[in-house]
Amino acid sequence: MTGIEMLMTAVASLQRDDLERWIANQWVRPDGQPGEYVFREIDVARVTLILELRDELHIDEEMLPVVLSLMDQVYDLRRRLRRLDDAIATIAPENVRRELVAYIADPSP
Amino acid sequence: MVDILDDPYQTLGVARDASAKDIRAAYRKLAKQHHPDLNPGSKTSEERFKAISVANELLSDVEKRAKFDRGEIDAAGQEHAPRPSYREYADAEGGRRYTGSARGESFSDIFGGMFDDGHHPSGPRHGRDEHYTLATEFLDAIIGATRRLVLPDGRSLDVKIPAGTRDGQILRLRGQGQSGGPGGINGDALIEIHVRPHGFFQRNGQDIDLELPVTLHEATLGGMVEIPTPAGTVRMRVPPQSDSGTKLRLRGRGVPAHGALPAGDLHATLRVVLGKPDPALEEFLRGWTPESPANPRSAMETKS
Repeated sequence: MTGIEMLMTAVASLQRDDLERWIANQWVRPDGQPGEYVFREIDVARVTLILELRDELHIDEEMLPVVLSLMDQVYDLRRRLRRLDDAIATIAPENVRRELVAYIADPSP
Repeated sequence: MVDILDDPYQTLGVARDASAKDIRAAYRKLAKQHHPDLNPGSKTSEERFKAISVANELLSDVEKRAKFDRGEIDAAGQEHAPRPSYREYADAEGGRRYTGSARGESFSDIFGGMFDDGHHPSGPRHGRDEHYTLATEFLDAIIGATRRLVLPDGRSLDVKIPAGTRDGQILRLRGQGQSGGPGGINGDALIEIHVRPHGFFQRNGQDIDLELPVTLHEATLGGMVEIPTPAGTVRMRVPPQSDSGTKLRLRGRGVPAHGALPAGDLHATLRVVLGKPDPALEEFLRGWTPESPANPRSAMETKS
């Protein structure tokens, strides 16, 4: 957890007005209010990622929301699939698990 | 441990005499392809991305590159700072902070039965989806076309290929898959589009690249030339003194606008073609003294 000043120091290439625009766009979602934002580790990593996408990979700010939205959806799917996997491993009896694996592995009906 | 190829030039797929710009472009192209956050869970992409980053770090630094070329350091001769990974956070439960979108959309269309309201999907039976592939010509995929696909069971489907379709894109035709039986719902036909390469157009995102041959006359004195574009031929002025490698941009003449994407541009890279031997030209050059003689290879001269 860190404040905006600490974040600006930690991420050298970050410009304050960029960060504020990203927060306004909800690309970065810190806790707290304007003037007293609190950034978690995931927020810091996300700021770094956005900088990298924009400055290294030249994905400009027009395209960034598309990329971020797709990325967020992929991560969301991955979390849900892992949860589903956990649920099956925990709850389903052995024979049901085997049938599920066979069903998923078979590409043809 | 990063699996680094011995040759950073090979890692980036560039020639040993590649310019800094070429290296930058090659790096960016590969990085977009293999960035770990664009390929979550792919170990291969992660390793590739590391190798690409290391190669780029070495080759984009003039001093390091020279040292490597002289054999003073090897491809892994750098300490590579570990990058803070967004993925580690996003993949964990805490990643829910950036779920779906700012408006908190969910995947209830897929997981609704299991995650959102707890009841099991009962009711009409669903037929399975069927998978097919369809090869299309480059220009059909760029400007859009309708193509007939004959299925193994003898049925035929008219597949509308939308403008801007990419190689590997999958089109879904609702209800064209396996039958769901009486009272059931048919599955979908999923059609993977394979785009054939074109003779001279190359797609680059929304843009299209083209190498445009020009005569010595056109390159030196300038003039109007006809440039093929996906939507037909366009006339354009080549400015005087346009060397091989000069890039001309035709705004909006790339992949047409589709979905949320605006139309791309067409980038024509000029290539001067001398053509058949011309005695008059040869005669002229023999008697010609350049006003300001220059050695185009001066940058390659070594000091030793």
